[in-house]
Amino acid sequence: MYDMKALYQAASVEEAVALRLEHPAAQIIAGGSDVLVQMREGKRAGAELISIYGIDALRGVSMEPDGTLRIGSLTSFSHITRDPLIQKYINVLGEAVDQVGGPQIRNIGTIGGNTCNGVTSADSASTLHAWDAVIELTGKNGVRRLPIRDFYIKAGEVDIRAEDGEIQTAVLIPKESYEDCFGHYIKYAMRNAMDIATLGTSVNVRLSADKKTVERARVAFGVAGPVPLRAATAEAMAKGQIVSLELAERFAQAVTADINPRDSWRAAKDFRLHIAVESAKRAFIESVKLAGGEL
Amino acid sequence: MSITVGKSVARVDAFDKVTGRTKYYEDRMPAGALYIRIKHAEIAHGFVKSVDTAAAEAIDGVVKVLTCFDVPDIPFPTAGHPWSMDPGHQDVADRHLLNRHVRYYGDDVAVVIAENEVAAMQGVRALKVEYEELPFVLDVQKAMEPDAPQIHENYPGNILKHTDIRKGDYAAAIQEPGLIKVEGWYETPTVQHCHIENHGCYAYEENGRVVVVSSTQIPHIIRRIVGQALGRPWADVEIIKPYIGGGFGNKQDALYEPLCAWCSTQVNGRCVRIDCSREETFVSNRVRHAIRFHIVSWLRKDGQLVARKVECFSNQGAYASHGHSICAKALGSFAQIYPCDHMECDGWTVFTNRPAAGAMRGYGMPQASFADEANIDECAAAVGMDPLEYRMKFIMPKDYHDAFSGNTNYFDSFRACLEKGRDAMDYDRRKAEFAKDTGSVRRGIGAASFWYNTGVYPISLETASNRMQLNLDGTVTMQCGETEIGQGADTAYAQMTAKAVGLKSYKDVHVVSCQDTDITPTGLGAYASRQTYMEGFAIDQTGRLLRQKILAYAAEMLGCSAEELDIVEGNVVRKDSGAVEMDLSHLAMTAQYNPVHSEHITAESTATIRSNAYSFGCTFAEVEVDIPMCKVTLKRIVNVHDCGSLINPALAEAQVHGGMSMGIGYGLSEQLLFDEKTGKPLNNNLLDYKLSTVMDHPDLEALFVENAEPTSPFGTKALGEPPACSPAPAIRSAIYNATGVSIDTTPITPHVLYRAFKEAGLIHDEKEGD
Repeated sequence: MYDMKALYQAASVEEAVALRLEHPAAQIIAGGSDVLVQMREGKRAGAELISIYGIDALRGVSMEPDGTLRIGSLTSFSHITRDPLIQKYINVLGEAVDQVGGPQIRNIGTIGGNTCNGVTSADSASTLHAWDAVIELTGKNGVRRLPIRDFYIKAGEVDIRAEDGEIQTAVLIPKESYEDCFGHYIKYAMRNAMDIATLGTSVNVRLSADKKTVERARVAFGVAGPVPLRAATAEAMAKGQIVSLELAERFAQAVTADINPRDSWRAAKDFRLHIAVESAKRAFIESVKLAGGEL
Repeated sequence: MSITVGKSVARVDAFDKVTGRTKYYEDRMPAGALYIRIKHAEIAHGFVKSVDTAAAEAIDGVVKVLTCFDVPDIPFPTAGHPWSMDPGHQDVADRHLLNRHVRYYGDDVAVVIAENEVAAMQGVRALKVEYEELPFVLDVQKAMEPDAPQIHENYPGNILKHTDIRKGDYAAAIQEPGLIKVEGWYETPTVQHCHIENHGCYAYEENGRVVVVSSTQIPHIIRRIVGQALGRPWADVEIIKPYIGGGFGNKQDALYEPLCAWCSTQVNGRCVRIDCSREETFVSNRVRHAIRFHIVSWLRKDGQLVARKVECFSNQGAYASHGHSICAKALGSFAQIYPCDHMECDGWTVFTNRPAAGAMRGYGMPQASFADEANIDECAAAVGMDPLEYRMKFIMPKDYHDAFSGNTNYFDSFRACLEKGRDAMDYDRRKAEFAKDTGSVRRGIGAASFWYNTGVYPISLETASNRMQLNLDGTVTMQCGETEIGQGADTAYAQMTAKAVGLKSYKDVHVVSCQDTDITPTGLGAYASRQTYMEGFAIDQTGRLLRQKILAYAAEMLGCSAEELDIVEGNVVRKDSGAVEMDLSHLAMTAQYNPVHSEHITAESTATIRSNAYSFGCTFAEVEVDIPMCKVTLKRIVNVHDCGSLINPALAEAQVHGGMSMGIGYGLSEQLLFDEKTGKPLNNNLLDYKLSTVMDHPDLEALFVENAEPTSPFGTKALGEPPACSPAPAIRSAIYNATGVSIDTTPITPHVLYRAFKEAGLIHDEKEGD
């Protein structure tokens, strides 16, 4: 039994926006795998809820005319993993979200909920950062799009304007971002299922036509700071370099310039840094191999 | 062919459990039961000065608020031990139903009773508790220091109990020239049972008595404790135990039954319920004792142990519960498993401001096995011997006899198990192959043994009762107080009863699974791996009584002597010819409806068991260690047990699998953590407490050496707890073999490996944390 003040159910995005404007204090609930847990803990006890779970228009993956991949915010992790467009263009995202919790959570949990929580450990977040995803929000003033790195404000807080009645409606991956890119995600956790990441590392590369040179390398981490973050120094260093194991090593060492994991009872800072370097190296090597490179 | 003992028959409760029909306490809940929610202390040590209940009482649906100032001043014990008529051997009575003296973060200080769960929870949040805070201590040895906070009166140094074992002359023996000293400190964690069904219960008054339906392993003992806690005659209390979703020792303790019963008496006998959340289960039930060991071994160059010093510091937490029994059992194993002429062993059980430690599967032996086997690995290394060879040479010999328990190692069980494991793992070849691994990912193989026994004789009473009745269809209904808690006891009882009476099949026995202390013959419950062994005596004895009654009636019908008759496969037969005279249904119908001599044929008896039995075995583990990632992958794990003749091989195997799973978590991931600054538990939930999952296990392999136990009518002995004892040290040993790094702490998490590998120079970080 949940301590819930009221539940409003939206059947469409318009209804959701109207409900938000009407009940500004209400909490949005999608799959509920985070919100209900928080309510049970007493953190959101007595909350009003607006459920958007019934808005089927926000489900599914599609391609827009300009080649942008559009992932509806209510698309579940298990659907993302099994989606042919995802598998073809950004397979690493499907692999990453396939490591969330267990099968039940992956069936109920949504990518919108995963990102709107604003937590650094979310399994989708590092890959979405590494692929320069764009967050689409819809409110009373229409649609607003912003890069995912601007969407995350601080731990547990994202740029979603309740006063404008906004809800997140899609996660977009621009064509320029995924074209010819290959990536790998390493979830470092304390067990092989039902866990949150101690560190999440997502790397992707685009190689030259001859597969010898790195045209672009991107790397993002979860739990290496209060929000998911990119390691720009390593990315700049690798750009234009000849593919090699030695490059993988240098790329990995360079990530320490930009990440700032903290000491907590869950893991020590020096341990997280060590794992970040090792994971970056392995994910870089794996990405290069997926892109057809040899090292 | 009869289907009784020794067959892998399906569990008697399998169909209902798989189809969701089995009724647990919540499934039997009377309509309208009031919800009790507990206010747990938010300090680790201090006194409750006041509780402001006004806001809670104002909440719609709240029926009553009761605090630590309202409860009777009756301290009571909680351990699920048999009562002792010797006051010096009774459990420590150190708890109140609600406590003004808060001794751990999570102690029970007040309750809110409400019409629904939400109101009860809101009520708890609305309580304002004012505390007088005191310094607290979490570490077992710090608690023994002179200036440490005192947690209970009359326990100087917070020492609940100290015992020792002295053998030979340790001080003189270590003077022998040329001895090699192998010394270590070994650390084991606080862990929790994590049974699937959290503890819960409900209570109501009926005809002036109080009834408690509880998820417990020990209904008859709970009756006594509820009586004690409420200051009422024990017979005023009726405990009903339905099916339960596991216990592993946590429910071998009075948890919330006394509080629930008392709350009912405070609301005019209305039905009230307490349902522990998982978070409460971790903190406010019981945990496994974290024990720190200090071992000093002195050996000759050939490996022979000359003298050993062992110190055990057992972290009791805030309340005595099972107390020193765990530490004493751990201590006792050192004196036996690797016999040594000169020993100086000391064990201290010490109060700290942590959750109370109680019984948990293995009862001190997972701790002792980890420490002892780690030290033995070091001993082997110190003399350049293979650790398995070392064990084969020095572990307890055949015919070893322990005068105190009367136990004898009749069959050289350790070596038989180790040999079997060695063959199954292809140990020698694999070890040689793994020795070639030099890269960043290395494989290793290890083994570890454990010492165990069966039940609690001669330290405590061992008794088992049993009632059998012959039904009109020729089947037998059987009842006993040794409970089914998920382990499969009912199925084993059905198989044993069929054998004892002479029935065709275990299906001809109906075991009454639910215990009701008003009805069920008195038993002690499920603990100490005792049920099959102890109840076996009662089944054998009562089975003979029932047979006598059946045969006496048959003889009367046939006009012959009962001596001439036997019961075979459910028929009364002539002993000499084997000729079938009648089936048991015919006999039962005749006896029941005989207008001249009607008889409802039943038998009941109590067996006092005055024996014990060793139950030994070992684990072999193979690991792959990814050194840069500080990660261990368990590739293979095999347990080998000599637990006597198997009553049901498939169930025995399942029992071993469960214990191995628990042992894997103990070795690699599980640990309840506390904030050093506040004493607050940090990870009392199943996300942050890393219970191992099926994805963290390889296939679990169970092997048996079946030496029939001479003292048991069915040749059986302990198997409930033993499987959990040796996986952790075997994994430790395999990691040592793979990397050369000897870890003295369990669980061996990536955090532990990171520090150890760094220290050993196996990993280097170019840039250290700033």
